[in-house]
Amino acid sequence: MIIGAIKESATGERRVAVTPDSVKKLVKLGYQVLIESGCGAEANFPDSFYVTSGAEVLSNRDAVLAQADLLVKVNVPQGDEISLCKEGSSLVSFVWPAKNESQVDLLKQRNITTLAMDCVPRISRAQKLDALSSMANIAGYRAVVEAANEFGSFFTGQITAAGKVPPAKVLVIGAGVAGLAAIGTAKSLGAIVRAFDTRLAVKDQVKSMGADFLELEFEESGEGEGGYAKTMSEEFIAAEMALFAEQAREVDIIVTTALIPGRPAPELITPEMVASMKPGSVIVDLAAQNGGNCKLTRPDEKIVVDGVTIIGYTDLPSRLPTQSSNLYANNIVNLLTDMTPEKDGQLQVNLEDQVVRGTLVTYQGELMWPPPKVAAPSPPPKVAAVEVPEPAEELSGKSTNHWILTLIAVVLGAGFLWLLGSYAPAEFVSHLTVFMLACFVGWQLVWNVTPALHTPLMSVTNAISGIIVIGGLLQMGSDWRSPSSLLAAAAVLIATVNVVGGFWVTHRMLAMFRKQD
Amino acid sequence: MGTVPQVAWLIAAVCFILSLGGLSRHESARRGNFLGIVGMMLAIGAAFWQAIESELLGGLSQSGLSVLAFALVAGGIVGGLLAVRVAMTGMPQLVAILHSFVGLAAVLVGFSVFLHGHGSSEAAHGVQLIHDIEIFLGVFIGGLTFTGSVIAWGKLDGKINSRPLLIPGRHAINVVMLLVCVLLGAWFIQPAAFASELTALLIMLLISFVFGAHLVMAIGGADMPVVVSMLNSYSGWAAAATGFMLSNDLLIITGALVGSSGAILSYIMCHAMNRSFLSVILGGFGTGTAVAAPGVDRGELVHTATTADEVAEALKNAKEVIVVPGYGMAVAQAQHPIREITELLQANGTRTRFAIHPVAGRLPGHMNVLLAEARLPYDLVLEMDEINEDFPNTDVVLVVGANDIVNPGALDDPSSPIYGMPVLEAWKAKEVVVFKRSMGSGYSGVDNPLFYNENTDMLFGDAKKSSDDILQALRR
Repeated sequence: MIIGAIKESATGERRVAVTPDSVKKLVKLGYQVLIESGCGAEANFPDSFYVTSGAEVLSNRDAVLAQADLLVKVNVPQGDEISLCKEGSSLVSFVWPAKNESQVDLLKQRNITTLAMDCVPRISRAQKLDALSSMANIAGYRAVVEAANEFGSFFTGQITAAGKVPPAKVLVIGAGVAGLAAIGTAKSLGAIVRAFDTRLAVKDQVKSMGADFLELEFEESGEGEGGYAKTMSEEFIAAEMALFAEQAREVDIIVTTALIPGRPAPELITPEMVASMKPGSVIVDLAAQNGGNCKLTRPDEKIVVDGVTIIGYTDLPSRLPTQSSNLYANNIVNLLTDMTPEKDGQLQVNLEDQVVRGTLVTYQGELMWPPPKVAAPSPPPKVAAVEVPEPAEELSGKSTNHWILTLIAVVLGAGFLWLLGSYAPAEFVSHLTVFMLACFVGWQLVWNVTPALHTPLMSVTNAISGIIVIGGLLQMGSDWRSPSSLLAAAAVLIATVNVVGGFWVTHRMLAMFRKQD
Repeated sequence: MGTVPQVAWLIAAVCFILSLGGLSRHESARRGNFLGIVGMMLAIGAAFWQAIESELLGGLSQSGLSVLAFALVAGGIVGGLLAVRVAMTGMPQLVAILHSFVGLAAVLVGFSVFLHGHGSSEAAHGVQLIHDIEIFLGVFIGGLTFTGSVIAWGKLDGKINSRPLLIPGRHAINVVMLLVCVLLGAWFIQPAAFASELTALLIMLLISFVFGAHLVMAIGGADMPVVVSMLNSYSGWAAAATGFMLSNDLLIITGALVGSSGAILSYIMCHAMNRSFLSVILGGFGTGTAVAAPGVDRGELVHTATTADEVAEALKNAKEVIVVPGYGMAVAQAQHPIREITELLQANGTRTRFAIHPVAGRLPGHMNVLLAEARLPYDLVLEMDEINEDFPNTDVVLVVGANDIVNPGALDDPSSPIYGMPVLEAWKAKEVVVFKRSMGSGYSGVDNPLFYNENTDMLFGDAKKSSDDILQALRR
């Protein structure tokens, strides 16, 4: 199959769906790759790089579209792009089927298999092809960089000869992938970072990135389906707004990333809050595309209201074209790797595969979107709490058993010793005394041996158990040819092997152990 | 004059005790070994002294003395050759075969005592009875130690298939063999003709041979640490039994020291696998239930393969790295490149440490010896309890040829055959890289959910080759 990639036609789009690296991987999967000349130029991938990686470069976009069996893109095809595609070919791209009904219709009519990178299900297995997460990560990073660019001071606090610089205070609302990336970036620039999220489950993640997690005194988790947030109750929202109003007066930078799937973005920053912020403060609204978390945000624009800069860019990933192209192209390669199990360059659409099924928008002239609902991915493991009493009972049963066994052992032992005391010769009893004491000494000694030295311990004990050589020596009789003496000599021979071998090998081992200089 | 050897043996016994005591720390371990050698030289010297004395008194001929000297020298040479030639990866085999020597020597001495002592018994009945029991027990323990160790050696050396051999009704066979031995013992201790007593002893010896072999045949490869330490213990008991036969306190003390040392090691190993000693000894682990065990739909489980370059990249960016070695590292001889990787990482400011599970490898402490052989400082090598809490703060964990000891199923899957076994919690780290030949399950046949975790990458191939590749990539 031939994979085609063309220059993105959307205005301001600098990303590209294949990179020289991803071309190599696609070729390994058995595909041929055809690209339009200059498609990667904005992302700093010259044509020559693609050629080296094994792609063919055509100067004519239409020729690429006409030949490709599988078109890979970043944005949903626009203008005549769909009509120029081969009938019955495939498309991998961001599609946003809810917003772009006309394009989806056209794709269906032309019998194109459409795989939407924005519809990849949010399950563990599909993380490696989750392009939304990759892009959100970049957007979060870039949001802080944009804010830093507008902000008139350092992020990090410093004490300089010229005076003290207080650190910037950053509030991140929504600790999804973008929010966490923003937290990490702001933190590494040296700012004091606070974060808020309705989902209490992300508290640990926020803390792990080094930010403070702001909490409401409220018992309500905003965890919705697929790990996204859901709409909260009115009381909760009131408390939340009060918190934001308080924070707005204090912080220098606000990054908002709050989104609820399938709804306009919640309005979290009111014009009053903006007015209460210090002049020179910056708000970056990552939800601008869906209406914005700040009422004043204008999508794709930077505006200044009351001295507060409000950034509503929706093309943040595209502003890091090399990075985002790389990650996006990798996401596509991972999807195609899963769908090309034979590595023969043939795309296989397996409707049984939950990931493929979820990603599919049109297939064989049918609309496949939205996919049928699948059970929630990870039910909370509450089972454990129920099971506790059972083993506890078992344990008590075991311990009574244990007591009985101990009692039997003691009785038997006492009986045995009594028999021994009554009948055994005195000499034997004295040897037994030595034996028992030695057992206890050994027991005490060996517990102290560090586990790292267990092998040397074994070889030393091995060597000293060669002490049996003494037995052989003592058994040698007056006539060395007698069977008894010959056996004794053989025993001496074998036991000496043990003694010398054991000590020597222990020495070799111990000589190797060394401390770090 | 007769008490000089006794005093020397007393000192030797003290030396042996101090020797084991010395092994408690790395710093004093070499001194411990040295004390052991001193003790042994004293003991042999004293025994020889006694032999010379008896020669002077006419109890021992000159040629008898020469035979003893020859046996000592020849045995010493053979032992020395064995010790010098053995590779550190061959240590388990060597230890096993040395155990068999002790067992065999015990058998030989037992027979020698029996042949020597018979006919001239004017001792009281009680003394003779105890003496007979001592001989019988000594030969029995020696016999089973001998064949058991030989089989263990064969399994460890790959000469015998390490899968457990399970004869139907094997427990019954064992019980019958034991019963027959008891009966033979009863016959043996009766005052009877020399020939019939010898027959009883010989038959019992054969049975103990079969018994020892059968016992170890039924135990699989990963339980070998327990088997080897158990045989260690037996060899000690055999020596102690010989001491009783000869009324020699040094042999009794030394045998008891060795016996309890082996017993403790077996206990530690069993504890580390959360299994009772009996269940290990009865054998047959990891053959029956394992296949059906994973209750998860296999279709949903997908592992991520990675490359040496990617691992090298991850290592370069890491601040904390923990390496978890297993038997696979020993097989592939990967400890040398791993040590070099460690050095590069440390030069790069990355803290790199090693986590050793008590039953990693085929011998207690096996991994420590291999890492020491690769000249890795021992203070980087930590035990499970010392390091298990550090995994959550670790950036990269390299699991080199280990499987069951990092199986999260042991903690959270009650259906797993290894449920309850303490394991290294590698999965808590940010990223785990597993060096493995293929996706086949580990020794115990238990599936390992770790391999399918999101934060786990599989690096397929020979562990040595993979480590070499990572090393190359790190150097670039």
